[in-house]
Amino acid sequence: MTPRRKKRLYLVLIILAGIGTATGLALTAFDENLMFFYSPTEVRAGKAPTDHPFRLGGLVTEGSVERQADGLTVRFELTDTQEAVTVQYTGILPDLFREGQGIVSKGRLGADGVFVADEVLAKHDENYMPPEVADALKTAHEQGVQGTQAKTAVQ
Amino acid sequence: MFMRWFHELGSPPYFYRFAGRLIPWLGGLCLVLLVTGLYLGLIVAPSDYQQGESYRIIYIHVPSAWMSLFIYVVMAACGAIALIWRMKLAEVVAISSAPVGASFTFLALVTGSLWGKPMWGTWWVWDARLTSELLLLFLYLGVIALYSAIEDKRQAARAASILAIVGVVNIPLIHYSVEWWNTLHQGPTVTKFDAPSIDVRMLVPLLIMALAFKLFYIVNMLMRARCELLSRERNSRWVAELAEADHG
Repeated sequence: MTPRRKKRLYLVLIILAGIGTATGLALTAFDENLMFFYSPTEVRAGKAPTDHPFRLGGLVTEGSVERQADGLTVRFELTDTQEAVTVQYTGILPDLFREGQGIVSKGRLGADGVFVADEVLAKHDENYMPPEVADALKTAHEQGVQGTQAKTAVQ
Repeated sequence: MFMRWFHELGSPPYFYRFAGRLIPWLGGLCLVLLVTGLYLGLIVAPSDYQQGESYRIIYIHVPSAWMSLFIYVVMAACGAIALIWRMKLAEVVAISSAPVGASFTFLALVTGSLWGKPMWGTWWVWDARLTSELLLLFLYLGVIALYSAIEDKRQAARAASILAIVGVVNIPLIHYSVEWWNTLHQGPTVTKFDAPSIDVRMLVPLLIMALAFKLFYIVNMLMRARCELLSRERNSRWVAELAEADHG
């Protein structure tokens, strides 16, 4: 490589390293703002803002969804398997909303600890499978659970 | 032997002829793969256990998104070669890649948005993945605009190359955004170290489509590169000879 080309190569590498470091520092500084949502554990630990709206993400706890008398208001629990927060929402829920599903809701935390949401979004996971495979997995899981229970009963 | 061929490829007339011979073959293969992939993906593949039929948009969305990243890396690498070695052909390949990359980015954003409305419940959110992908579109548009704003094409290519290289930091951000931060966009299904979390009957059409899109990019880029070469070298002997042979 000629010295001029070498110089230009170093220049390109320096540009890349400089921009990379600057971006890295900026992203570390704004880490909190880049989080799309807070988890129930963070909310319980008091890390979520109380004075302005924020997003809360988690899984809908199985069996926690209650529809109110007006037919539009829903109360459910969001959990990250450690902590849980009760969410109240009035409006239309997305297609993928169901128990056990990942959800991101936007709203404010009330004084009573209930999160009043004005937007509920379903978070899709990265798994794609045909219905019969999902059924088979579920049956296998249930049988597995029953098997363990049976074993425990015998013992 | 390989290096000699590589140097030959760098000469505009040789590249022009070589690309011209390559295009019909790659184009034909691309068409076959595209038809096969679409047939397998839209008709043969089973529906999803949660999303039903709507998931089939991944056969356009995911290959487009992959290509938007891939083309940017190719463009930035060619830009670096153009800056360091002042190789004309690298400038031409870099600049011919930009419109294709911009189109794939746009396609990924639009198809994602169309899918997001029924599935997530919103057309758009400012999460890390979506925002960084939108930034990628603006980077592509910036490269195109900068190149066309400067009269002298060799200088224009140098300026556009610097912008392309600066923007390359966005590429790992897009890929890892779903792992580093909480996002609404789901994590990677295929491009991770574990086994892909997708049924194999759904995965095969996806990979076929990805290959078809890659070939589409190569064919489209080669066509653009040939035009760009002709327009840049319009005063040279080989172009004059080519035009004469065409008329004669």
